Amino acid sequence: MMSNGSTASGFWKRNQRQWAPWLFLAPGILMFLVYVILPIFQSIWISFEDWDGLGPKTWIGFGNYIELFQDEAFYTSLWNNILWLVLYLLAVPAGLAIALFLNQTVAGIRLYKSLFFFPFVISQVVVGLIFTWFYAPDFGLLSTLIKTLTGTEIAVLADERYVTYGIIAAGLWPQIAYCMILYLTGLNNINPEQIEAGRMDGARGFRLFWNIVLPQLRPATFIALVVTVIGALRSFDLVSVMTAGGPYGSSRVLSFYMYEQALSEYGYRMGYGAAIAVVLFVIMMVFISIFLVRMFRQERNS
Amino acid sequence: MTVLKTFSAFALGSMLAGSAFAGEIVLNSDQSDPAPKKAMEELIADFQAKNPGITVKWNNFDHEGYKSAIRNFLTADAPDVAAWYAGNRMEPFVKAGLFEDVSDVWQANGLDEQLKSASASMTIDGKKWGVPYTYYQWGIYYRADIFKDKGIEPPKTWAELLAACEKLKAAGITPFAIGTKALWPTGGWFDYLDLRVNGYEFHMDLTSGKVPYTDPKVKAVFDKWAELVKPGYFLENHAALDWQDAIPQFVQGKAAMYLMGNFAVAPMKDGGLKEDQIGFLQFPEITAGLPMAEEAPTDTFHIPSGAKNKEDAKKFLAYLASPEAQAKMNATLGQLPVNNKAAKPSDKFLDAGFTMLSKAYALAQFYDRDAPADMAKAGMEGFQEFMVKPDKVDDILAKLEKVRARVYK
Repeated sequence: MMSNGSTASGFWKRNQRQWAPWLFLAPGILMFLVYVILPIFQSIWISFEDWDGLGPKTWIGFGNYIELFQDEAFYTSLWNNILWLVLYLLAVPAGLAIALFLNQTVAGIRLYKSLFFFPFVISQVVVGLIFTWFYAPDFGLLSTLIKTLTGTEIAVLADERYVTYGIIAAGLWPQIAYCMILYLTGLNNINPEQIEAGRMDGARGFRLFWNIVLPQLRPATFIALVVTVIGALRSFDLVSVMTAGGPYGSSRVLSFYMYEQALSEYGYRMGYGAAIAVVLFVIMMVFISIFLVRMFRQERNS
Repeated sequence: MTVLKTFSAFALGSMLAGSAFAGEIVLNSDQSDPAPKKAMEELIADFQAKNPGITVKWNNFDHEGYKSAIRNFLTADAPDVAAWYAGNRMEPFVKAGLFEDVSDVWQANGLDEQLKSASASMTIDGKKWGVPYTYYQWGIYYRADIFKDKGIEPPKTWAELLAACEKLKAAGITPFAIGTKALWPTGGWFDYLDLRVNGYEFHMDLTSGKVPYTDPKVKAVFDKWAELVKPGYFLENHAALDWQDAIPQFVQGKAAMYLMGNFAVAPMKDGGLKEDQIGFLQFPEITAGLPMAEEAPTDTFHIPSGAKNKEDAKKFLAYLASPEAQAKMNATLGQLPVNNKAAKPSDKFLDAGFTMLSKAYALAQFYDRDAPADMAKAGMEGFQEFMVKPDKVDDILAKLEKVRARVYK
């Protein structure tokens, strides 16, 4: 008995350093496996099947993907996703501009800062509703304004030419605030001596900003880019609240299309939805890998 | 990736339901609005009073959430009675073996006779799969005062309807209010135009996938529709509006007609219209001599095949089908009882609807209940696009045909 116990504790003593971290990590790893890693592979598996969520699954190989690549709605969503990605990045320079503007010591600056930060605090659904009313024909502020200026009315959310831009504009509002906050904290950490040195060397205005300030804001820029790109790719709530993908599907993005196909009232094509999810996952992986590689490289350098 | 996560969340939610004791039936439904909720409470109280040994445990779901929840609770932990809809909307559950055949309830209570008007839409493979308890009519609600003012008689034919529209448009009034943001209001238009141009049989063949959307007869429907779309007889910007958003236009007299279900009358009255300002008319005849079928979506109750207390659940369905229960329930709902022995509610519009439906040649359930879900979605999206860009009709129909070929293989 005694010898048994002592060998057990002997084993533990010898391997403690090796095992302890894993033991501490185990709960987190387990959760991550069950709720993130496993579903990813299950989704990929389901994307090769035809399944309505109730009946039996049928293996159809690449059938879903072949259909997807001939599906006009898929290309509309993909194109909209690209638009989102490109235009959403405007939030980064815009956030920086506002941050620079607010980075001064005037009476009540804290109040102004919090007012600028306000849109990020309210929920995306509320942002969507506010902008829907803003764009609403007949009584919306914007359409009334356009009507008094031009005489004709534009229903932004009912017009396939403008609808995606309208939604992206709504999305930019909170996203700019988010980038602004990231830059404001970054600006707090700027080394005043470097600016002083720059001034002595005769740099001012834009050159001072570009060569001295911006390089010091690099970490903030990196985070702002990451959250904006990811935010653009997973844009769903605004589309769902403001247009539900309409008019006739012209404002759909991939994540919304996936939801529509797999889980909405008219959908329940689990396989097809999963195929869209896989495509979105692949696109996201491209960006995530770029970010990860950069992060590893920076860690190695420091 | 998120598919499975959402699934497990639903599964958790549905664990709240279920597990009945002897003499107890679990009932899941989605009467979350005030009037339906009250009607349901009364129904349950009356049923329990008549059947002292049985108690009903009622799980009331949110209306929209119910549509996803039912898929989970039917497979995971079935209640004894569940609310759903007639027509093709129940077909996936019937085909998946999730609903119980209740033909015996129909036979034992003489329902084939009493619920005759809804009999066809409750039948799949020659068996009955549930009991209908309420429906309501669709038709054109119009501003009687504006019509009188402009000297327009309620139109009975397509030509008269076009003439009325022209007159209204010339007077600066949009003939038809509509909001297509949620897509389904377009379905009402397509259904009625198809029912009037090609008739009930063709419409049913189309919604059950037997006819291609590129058929010239389908094209003919859109040609008629274009006669209203092209001159601008519908509200501009309808794609940005929900059906309720179009009501103010109707109330303010900026639009004079509204093709809608009877539920639209309540908000019209809330908006300030008096009862004699609103008129109801049957959708006018288009192809002369074609028997008139109408649109009347029917709500139903079913017994899931996984129910634990089927015996008492059948008693409940039998009670739900009875004339007394349907009369009382529909008086509260402000809708029409399906049972033809039930006393009909005393209301101008329901009365008009009752007369129209009792003479109807057949009843359609509505496009998104007659056609399978993914066809309906694509179809209504196409209808909305057509109402914005009527010239693209051939592209739209080709697109729908592609979807049809996939959905009904």
